[in-house]
Amino acid sequence: MDNEECKDTQDKAPSVVDRYYTRWYRADMKGKPCEDHCILQHSNRICVVTLAESHPILQNGRQIKSINYQISNGCSRLNNKVSGKSKRGGQFLTDFAPLCRITCTDENEYTIYSCIRGRLLEVNEAILETPSLLLQKPSTDGYIAVILPKFEESKSITENLLSREEFEKVLAKRAASSQLS
Amino acid sequence: MLPLKEKDKPVVQKLLAAGCCSRCVLRFCCTSVQAAFRQPEQETLKELQAFINNNEIVQDSPDSTEETKSHDASGSETRGDPPSKRAKLEHCASGDASKDGTVTVEMQEDEESHVCVACLGVLQEFCDVTRAIKIAAAVKAEQYEFDSLVLSVSLPPQLCVREHSCWLHVKKEVREKCMSLSEDDVIQVKEAFKWVMQGLIAKELGGVAVVTKSLFEVGVEFSHPETDSDCYFLASTCPNCFKPTKNKQSVFTRMAVVKALDKISDFAFLKHYPSPPARPSRHCVQQDVQCLHVSLFIAGRYNKFCRSLPQTPWVIDGQRRMESSVEELIAAPILVTFRADGFNFSSSGREDVDVRTLGNGRPFAMELLNPHRSRVSKVEMKQLQETINASSDKIRVRDLQIVTREATSRMKEGEEEKTKSYTALVWTHKAIQREDLSFMDDIKDLTLNQKTPLRVLHRRALAVRQRVIHSMSTRFVDAHHFYLGLKTQAGTYIKEFVHGDFGRTQPNMCELLKTDTDILELDVESVDVDWPPTVTD
Ligand SMILES: [Zn+2]
Repeated sequence: MDNEECKDTQDKAPSVVDRYYTRWYRADMKGKPCEDHCILQHSNRICVVTLAESHPILQNGRQIKSINYQISNGCSRLNNKVSGKSKRGGQFLTDFAPLCRITCTDENEYTIYSCIRGRLLEVNEAILETPSLLLQKPSTDGYIAVILPKFEESKSITENLLSREEFEKVLAKRAASSQLS
Repeated sequence: MLPLKEKDKPVVQKLLAAGCCSRCVLRFCCTSVQAAFRQPEQETLKELQAFINNNEIVQDSPDSTEETKSHDASGSETRGDPPSKRAKLEHCASGDASKDGTVTVEMQEDEESHVCVACLGVLQEFCDVTRAIKIAAAVKAEQYEFDSLVLSVSLPPQLCVREHSCWLHVKKEVREKCMSLSEDDVIQVKEAFKWVMQGLIAKELGGVAVVTKSLFEVGVEFSHPETDSDCYFLASTCPNCFKPTKNKQSVFTRMAVVKALDKISDFAFLKHYPSPPARPSRHCVQQDVQCLHVSLFIAGRYNKFCRSLPQTPWVIDGQRRMESSVEELIAAPILVTFRADGFNFSSSGREDVDVRTLGNGRPFAMELLNPHRSRVSKVEMKQLQETINASSDKIRVRDLQIVTREATSRMKEGEEEKTKSYTALVWTHKAIQREDLSFMDDIKDLTLNQKTPLRVLHRRALAVRQRVIHSMSTRFVDAHHFYLGLKTQAGTYIKEFVHGDFGRTQPNMCELLKTDTDILELDVESVDVDWPPTVTD
């Protein structure tokens, strides 16, 4: 009885993400199979970059060895600072700007990309301290970064991304072809 | 008798010849005898003509009075400006004397109707009882409540150029009269206009005081497109004075022109601009009379009982999202009562569209723009409050009162230190029992580190703010719901404290209860600001 009720509320109540954000996806990032990213776009145009549930990092009980926001010798996303209402000083990112590299304990390394154009507002430092957040709450507390698209681009930046329905079709196709093989 | 001395004569002579009206002549004579300005302009003109002629060879001429009459009769008909006029006037300096000793100057018939080169007609055409009646009628039509008024006059900026040109024209003569006189001693057009008009307007409005400072302003504005280009040469002599600014239509503002004239040498000025100024063919245009009453401030507290009502109109991409708002519901009856043109609403913090504000309500203040009524009794305020409350069940107002502008700042004073009380309906992912919650009742002064919530990050700076939850209380509802009572420092983001905002508020309810939690409903129970004062019956 209790369990049923629990299930009931879980299904009915839309989560914070459901209520305020639209989910956008990029599948097979840079041609790498299953490296899917999910962008949560708030109605105020702010975007949160997260791993899609289907990303390899979240599969097969992988564990995280390290997360590195230092994407090149000269550039660390950790040095990003914005000031004021206009967010002066934030690094400006293009669709394929790397945000961080995540190495799993099986030595597989994955690069997470911004997926959209915009100003980098913050990266999630909490996952450096507690990498398990990334595995347990990939679409909330385990987010990668927050990006503010230009006002005039807030609609167009998602044009190259997949909607939830389109992404589910991709997943279904993927599942079908893996069963075939 | 005009308050002029022998030494004024050359000034008068030169200015009349240059095409100045009689009042402008008086201005350049630096006389501050207001009565002289108040007498009809044409009368003064005659006196001036007599004045400059009474030292000339006087001879009896029976025709001269006759001449004056015909001259009077035709004066209002013609508006010409023959090129020969100036020469004529100078020539006429030696006129005829009438029997009683006064002298008239032989002039062209249209001489009287010419437009003054200095005031462009402001002190001629627009400066008499007929005009005062018109201005008073415009004021009356708006049905303002006022005890006194201040008359403000806005003149075309080129008047400054013309003024300076006239000054240079008679500078030598004025200095000969009195070494210490400077351009600043010339009576300003504005001043002279007010000397004549204030009393007349006051009389038309039933004796209301026309003063230098008042809550009620009557604005009279003149323009003269024909001579707008008078200012243009200044842009080349002083480019720095004429920088384009956003809200101004033209860079040639009065301020800029005055500044440029201050910098230019007499030599440079005379190189670019004639002295005396060229004669205009028509007089100024008077714009509509603008009445403005200073803002009135209303304060009170409001409740909001509806979860689909924004505090202020909610517009996204130019589209209105909700049909009404707290401020509009409150403002509508107030605007009617005070017959104001508009309002600015402010409050001690604000609630989200889906949040109710209960208890004693949230303090608010409202600036009423250009109120036509300003005297409203306490009884009427009480009635107004009842009207607002009867108009909608979504909101309720109390303690409605008129306050001063200064007092409204008390609402925002120390806003950060003030406390607010809330009740939130919380959902938990894991099933809970009554006992799981009790530990929260003991938490006191819990300090939160809140990153600017993602929901407002697009318009606010990114920062980590420390906020204190002074106390919490819980009321179990069922396995997945409970009511959370909070007493917090103002500025705490409650929703983010409950759902955690992607872990960006630390600690948060998810962490305290070790399960995902979400906020389903939120009520503001009290806003602990002791302003505005309670209104007792
Ligand atoms: Zn004049």
